[in-house]
Amino acid sequence: MSIMKDNREATMAGRRSDGSAVKRPLSPHLQVYDMLQMTSALSISHRITGIAWSFGVVLLVWWLVAAAGGPEAFARVQWFMSSWLGLLGLFGMTAAAWFHTLNGVRHLAWDAGYGYDIPTTYRSGRMVLIGTAVLTVLTWVIAVIAWA
Amino acid sequence: MATFTLPKNSTIQPGKTYKAEAGATNLKSFKIYRWDPDSGENPRTDTYEIDLDKCGPMVLDALIKIKNEVDTTLTFRRSCREGICGSCSMNIDGLNTLACLKPIEDSVGSVKIHPLPHLPVVKDLVPDLSQLYAQLRSVEPWLKSETPPPPDAERRQSKEERVQLDGLWECILCFCCSTACPSYWWNGDRYLGPAVLLQAYRWIADSRDEATGERLDNLEDPFRLYRCHTIMNCSRTCPKGLNPAAAIGKIKQMMVERQS
Repeated sequence: MSIMKDNREATMAGRRSDGSAVKRPLSPHLQVYDMLQMTSALSISHRITGIAWSFGVVLLVWWLVAAAGGPEAFARVQWFMSSWLGLLGLFGMTAAAWFHTLNGVRHLAWDAGYGYDIPTTYRSGRMVLIGTAVLTVLTWVIAVIAWA
Repeated sequence: MATFTLPKNSTIQPGKTYKAEAGATNLKSFKIYRWDPDSGENPRTDTYEIDLDKCGPMVLDALIKIKNEVDTTLTFRRSCREGICGSCSMNIDGLNTLACLKPIEDSVGSVKIHPLPHLPVVKDLVPDLSQLYAQLRSVEPWLKSETPPPPDAERRQSKEERVQLDGLWECILCFCCSTACPSYWWNGDRYLGPAVLLQAYRWIADSRDEATGERLDNLEDPFRLYRCHTIMNCSRTCPKGLNPAAAIGKIKQMMVERQS
């Protein structure tokens, strides 16, 4: 299968004053646009946390496989998961999962036709961020109490 | 295809600085994207120092002052200077807007001006919009009706039917929204983008139009409509305060509703 050519290439062909051909530059995009505004920042975070969570699930499967594999394998996973690196990874996964879930609800609301105006979008965005922080900490407080 | 960096011929070099005349006290720097097809060089950023005591309040006033008094080669589109023609759309301080509606005092520090993002540059702040116009044409933005109008009369609408067009007819096609959309940057060859989809919905929502089914058929495509991922940069940046994302959402809902 041949890769479809981008038809916008045609508009890159320009002319100089003397009629000779010149390739036009592409105007800057990511280089100049404000990507930290709530709208695009939460959108790209949604994708990143989705990808992170997919990798996280593989880690959880490793845990399950080890549990089925016997006490030695399980102990090895337990050792890694309770190391600083493992705990940091688990904490990050908790945050990613909460963010992706809450922002997913936001997307569901949009798909149902609600919350499109900009003040509401910003409010719901802030709620997602605050909700992620609160629920992540809460999850760990409960986990630590249950563990101890 | 998404390419996050600029091509080699498009990276921006440092440019010249035009100092304000001596004795000026209320100074503001304007950092402006320049590209001249005749120079054979890459784009550059020129800096113009302007005395705000001798300049109108809007960014467009400063651009016109620069062109009149400092550097006549500066090239940009403008016409009405009151936010109704849509000519002076550009990227100011990282957001797309109309230069005529953007107060200079909004800028902290220097005012940074670039052409609308991710488009071919014709010269300086003038981008090539032909792809956007071709896409607008593809949604046939005019009334389509089999029923002839009543003799010697207009096609009437109830107040409720007319209200459906509010927030749609006001679009001036400045394309600030489409060129603020990362999805349009990466897939603008096939994705129609927020401005054109809002125009499409303007005719879908019109009670006098009889081609709704045909229009929805034309949009039912993984790229033309469904590259909208509800990023919402379009509605955030619209200088007319319209909501293209909501219009696209309504088209998506109609797609689902007509299947049941």
